[in-house]
Amino acid sequence: MLLTITTTATPAAPATDLGYLLHKNPGRVQGFEQSFGTAHVFYPEATAERCTAALLLEVDPRALLRARTSVSTPDFALAQYVNDRPFAASSLFTVALGRVFRSALRGRSDARPALAAAPLPLELHLPAVPCRAGADKARALFEPLGWRVSAEPVPLDPGLPGWGDSPYLSLTLSGEQVLSEALSHLYVLLPAMDGGKHYWVDRGEVDKLLRAGGLRVAGPDGDTAEEDPEAGSAWLVRHPERAWITRRYLGRRQTYVRTALARLAEADDLPEEEADPGLEDVLAPPAPDRPGQERAPSLAAQRAGAVLAVLRAENASSVLDLGCGPGALLAELVADPALERITGADVDTASLQRAHRRTCRGCAPGGRGRHRDLFGDTGAVREQGARPPRPELLVGSAVYRDARFCGYDAVVLMEVVEHLDPERLPALEETVFAAARPRIAVVTTPNAEYNVHYERLAPGALRHSDHRFEWTRAEFARWADAVAERNGYTVRHLPVGPQDPATGSPTQMGVFTR
Amino acid sequence: MNTDATAPDTAPRVLGVPAMGLVVLVGVSGSGKSTFAARHFGPTEVVSSDFCRGLVSDDENDQAASADAFALLHTIVDVRLRRGLLAVVDVTNVQQRARAELLAVAKANDVPATAIVLDVPESVARRRNRVRPDRDFGDHVIARQCRDLRQSVKRLRKEGFRKVHVLKGVAEVDAAVVERERAWPDRTELTGPFDVIGDVHGCREELEELLAALGYAFTRDDRGRAVGARHPDGRTAVFVGDLVDRGPDTPGVLRLAMGMVRDGDALCVPGNHENKLIRALRGTKVTPTHGLAESLEQLGRESEEFRAEVLDFCDGLVSHLVLDGGRLVVAHAGLKEAYHGRASGRVRSFALYGDTNGETDEYGLPVRLPWARDYRGRAAVVYGHTPVLKAEWVNNTLCLDTGCVFGGKLTALRYPERETVDVAARRTWYEPVRPLAGEGPGPSAGGDRSDTVVDITDVGAGGRRPGLFVETEFGTVRAGGPSVLGALEVMSRFSVDPRWLLYLPPTMAPAPAASEAGYLEHPDEAFAWYRAAGIGQVVCEEKHMGSRAVAVLCRDGAAAERRFAPGSTGTVYTRTGRPFFADRALGAGVVDRLRAAVTGAGLWDRLGTDWIALDGEVLPWSAKARTLIRDQYASVGAAARAALPAAGAALAAAAARGLDVGRLAEKTARSAEQMEEFSRVYRRYSWDTDGIAGLRFAPFAVLASQGREYSDADHLWHMATAERLAEADPLVRTTRYRVVDTTDPAACASAAAWWREMVDAGGEGMVVKPLHGARATGAKGLTQPGLKVRGPEYLRIIYGPDYTDPGRLEALRDRRPGAKLGLAMREHKLGLEALARHARGEPLWRVHEAVFATLALEAEPVDPRL
Repeated sequence: MLLTITTTATPAAPATDLGYLLHKNPGRVQGFEQSFGTAHVFYPEATAERCTAALLLEVDPRALLRARTSVSTPDFALAQYVNDRPFAASSLFTVALGRVFRSALRGRSDARPALAAAPLPLELHLPAVPCRAGADKARALFEPLGWRVSAEPVPLDPGLPGWGDSPYLSLTLSGEQVLSEALSHLYVLLPAMDGGKHYWVDRGEVDKLLRAGGLRVAGPDGDTAEEDPEAGSAWLVRHPERAWITRRYLGRRQTYVRTALARLAEADDLPEEEADPGLEDVLAPPAPDRPGQERAPSLAAQRAGAVLAVLRAENASSVLDLGCGPGALLAELVADPALERITGADVDTASLQRAHRRTCRGCAPGGRGRHRDLFGDTGAVREQGARPPRPELLVGSAVYRDARFCGYDAVVLMEVVEHLDPERLPALEETVFAAARPRIAVVTTPNAEYNVHYERLAPGALRHSDHRFEWTRAEFARWADAVAERNGYTVRHLPVGPQDPATGSPTQMGVFTR
Repeated sequence: MNTDATAPDTAPRVLGVPAMGLVVLVGVSGSGKSTFAARHFGPTEVVSSDFCRGLVSDDENDQAASADAFALLHTIVDVRLRRGLLAVVDVTNVQQRARAELLAVAKANDVPATAIVLDVPESVARRRNRVRPDRDFGDHVIARQCRDLRQSVKRLRKEGFRKVHVLKGVAEVDAAVVERERAWPDRTELTGPFDVIGDVHGCREELEELLAALGYAFTRDDRGRAVGARHPDGRTAVFVGDLVDRGPDTPGVLRLAMGMVRDGDALCVPGNHENKLIRALRGTKVTPTHGLAESLEQLGRESEEFRAEVLDFCDGLVSHLVLDGGRLVVAHAGLKEAYHGRASGRVRSFALYGDTNGETDEYGLPVRLPWARDYRGRAAVVYGHTPVLKAEWVNNTLCLDTGCVFGGKLTALRYPERETVDVAARRTWYEPVRPLAGEGPGPSAGGDRSDTVVDITDVGAGGRRPGLFVETEFGTVRAGGPSVLGALEVMSRFSVDPRWLLYLPPTMAPAPAASEAGYLEHPDEAFAWYRAAGIGQVVCEEKHMGSRAVAVLCRDGAAAERRFAPGSTGTVYTRTGRPFFADRALGAGVVDRLRAAVTGAGLWDRLGTDWIALDGEVLPWSAKARTLIRDQYASVGAAARAALPAAGAALAAAAARGLDVGRLAEKTARSAEQMEEFSRVYRRYSWDTDGIAGLRFAPFAVLASQGREYSDADHLWHMATAERLAEADPLVRTTRYRVVDTTDPAACASAAAWWREMVDAGGEGMVVKPLHGARATGAKGLTQPGLKVRGPEYLRIIYGPDYTDPGRLEALRDRRPGAKLGLAMREHKLGLEALARHARGEPLWRVHEAVFATLALEAEPVDPRL
């Protein structure tokens, strides 16, 4: 809610010249109406030696309500009246900052052009900056830009001893900086720190923010940052944390199903998963990057490769990837001409949409690269007589029996079982092995014994926050053998990834045939 | 136009047509088909090509639209037949090809087709067509049609029409009478009560013993052989077939069963063994395996006359029977819903042999597909054929073949009582080829007992348009597509095993906005609301600020395995069906403590049950919602505590410079005070727990126990039961409550004061419920099961710390709770439905359907602050 910008006199100009750079008169209290409240600018001190401008955002929750387009935002409950917007330097605050100091942000000052382009002794203070990533992250973000950073965690609540600190920092930045650049640092990095609680007023704001950092965005996945030659100052391009910063801007877009789901969220729910970066690969000790030596493929790639090899060896011509997620395996499967029919099923419609975007080459009428919305059983929405889509995508669950799962040569459960509570495994067994009864079933799951090789993984911890368990090789074998026995399959066990004599491979695979 | 009508000198022709099936009118243009159809059938029963042409082209005579019109006609016929209706097709149908398509539709729906030929003289047809201005085709068309008709008539039977009626001449057409004949299996008029008897297989002694146990009195012939049996109360025995083969006295069984059927004391459907016996008795060469040799040998000792009777009897049996208004279906090997009441080769084959795909198992016996697992019909299907250890209901189907001849039992179902009665076999009369189901491994031998997983179509997903319609006692409740898919993900990823989920708590609406100054919610409005709804007595219950929890507790592991799922003795789950305690050991510990409390309170015996489900609140709030409190409430407080003093200081400095920031400074100061009050609210509901220590469970309703649910019990009973539990274990917390007469102003005022006292002391508020329980009805039927009245301080964490600001409160009064009330009512109906279905012992999918819909509704967009 509050930002103070303090400068001291330089040989070139008195401190009060700050008013010319900000385009705000130090002698007045000014209010700027925003759709979500009023931004006030006033000067708590204004002498030739030292001048402080304050931006105070007075959020009107009712106005905020009006400003929002729909009640179906994911956290409708909290976005309304009980939120940190009136107090924290959230992304909303950034929007006000951008509007109120628009000219200053562009470095325009007709009255003091030289001063606007010159580094000034500046101190910026924000009493409550939301930054879940912590004080270290704040330092990592601002120090490379030449700031001295004081980032003090704000205690959560004196009435709740033992609950630790809040996710807010009291942030003070000091250093010699060009004012417009200093403001652009805040303009980009405050929302990045706010991250998960980011609300865009509209899509255009995103691009604006990225332009402020000298970035242009290529795709919706947000990991491609290119230099924009037109940007005056491309500090973000050189920033060591630029990948993190950029990813935080382009949050997952919410679909209506996602929205419905969010209303069912509970307090102890897992945080929304980021697009799977291949956790084992993140956890694995970095492979030595020697010139001329090819890096080993990621474990995710090895896993997909192992599954493909099994499917080929077993002459599968139709495959159901049950729990396909965002379609990592599907993308490989569709490239295999030996497979006549490929279907991905997942209970997470958002993942399914991603799988769709990943594997489909434009399916909307007339093409144009737009994708049809996946809703029910998805694949069914097509012209009569048209070929089935490749892959077909279904909203389906591994624990609800489903006639659509029948008739495939192979069913793949790649990294699926460990996402189910052990109590639900009999339901999965029934759905896949008793009801769908494919000729081949391929199950992969982490090998818990291998976890000791992940230095960054605490002993006994699981590789993913949504893993309900991770099996040792013996535990997996016990389950797989019993399933095979009960359902008339034989199972063989194969390692995936580098083999360690003591712990085995990072991923274990069971191939069920009947 | 009846110019050549002459009085018929014979009685009018009576044309039998199927009550459910296809009737094809065959006749040239102008033969009077439409007139005939209108005279004998209802307007919705007749589908004509003219009508369909009109529908697709706005012109009944547009021949260019014929292709589309016929496609539509076939669709209409198909849908009507699928839905078990009569379809009368009024098209010329003089060409074989046109009829073949219609016959294919009838065949696909397993219904008979009847042809009625209207054979009028060509001259009559020509004359009629000439006077119709819309018929502009020439006489040559009629002539050609007449030729086609003459050729057709001879071969109609061969084409596949079960019956062919040819009406010669106008007089016969005009005089004909149509009589609807019910399908053979349709015995819906028989209402029993019935005693359905499983596969007897020549076990006469056991059959007599069973009939005696059921209360039948025998008639015996001069040699003492039972030749009939009658129940004094007029009950009817129903044999599921396979009376014969393998056992010691097939002739004796037949003599008794045939006598009972003849005397009207029994019904019988054929089994595959009777079917084979028929062929053997007729002299067809069959392999005398599976006990047929024994039957033939035993029958060989009987008279020729007896053998003829047997052949007659077996040959006359109808594939299956639909009884009791369609609520009971008896077929030897079971029958899927689409085949109920139908008659075709494949229906008969299903009824006799079950749903087989030609594969055989390791014992060389046919693999039977689990049709019962997928059965979703309303009719109970009772059958035999596959020996099982014990007769168990699966999706409203029951297999009564308990392998008497193999040394098992002979079982009967008393219907509608739904009780089974059995007698043990005297000995193993015949060695089974494979072990009885339940003993051997593998799904083929495991029988159909797989009521552990729900099909995706049962929850309204897996189709082109997701969406769930649940029929409840109080009307149909619908959940929309996105909500269904959201619920599917939550159920799949997070919920406990659906077998434990007998109920999800419905959401609750707040009382209408208060009229009293300074309040958004006040008890007076809740009392007034119920008063207006015609509810006199209400109970006010203290509202605990914790997290909603349903506890399902079993006396022992056996009870859990029998009624829910194996592997534990209970569960505690959240309002969205997730395990309440992420820590399994803690969850198990809480379950054990609560089970002990139930034991200590003597509830197992008192309620005559070995399991119980309780609805309540787990305290403290922070036990479950620590993350929520931290992220959404305490964090906001922290941000405020950091930012407001800084802002205050900046404003003070500006004021000292003479700037006019008075309003802002004052607002900042007030905001700081409100934030403190806001923080006090969540702090009050947060305290440290260590395992079970510090936890409390406050039950406010007993949901269900074995065979019953308690939505009809009044709240005093529920409260008293909770108090018993609290006496047994301090983990259980009681709920303060008081009864209020909504028509007594003094009582209302006193209750409001009581509420004020509670909220002043930091309470969340109270819930006002009709005293008579969840099923209470008011002037307009089922009423809201409760209205919440939350305290003014508590509401700060709902509506914001500053909601009491002038103007804000006024604006909030216009909060329109209509949608919330509607949602609460729909979820309430689903909750009652789920409990009722569970209490009736309905299949898992039926209970889960209602539970799933509740979860889906929770995802509907309604202002969550209400």
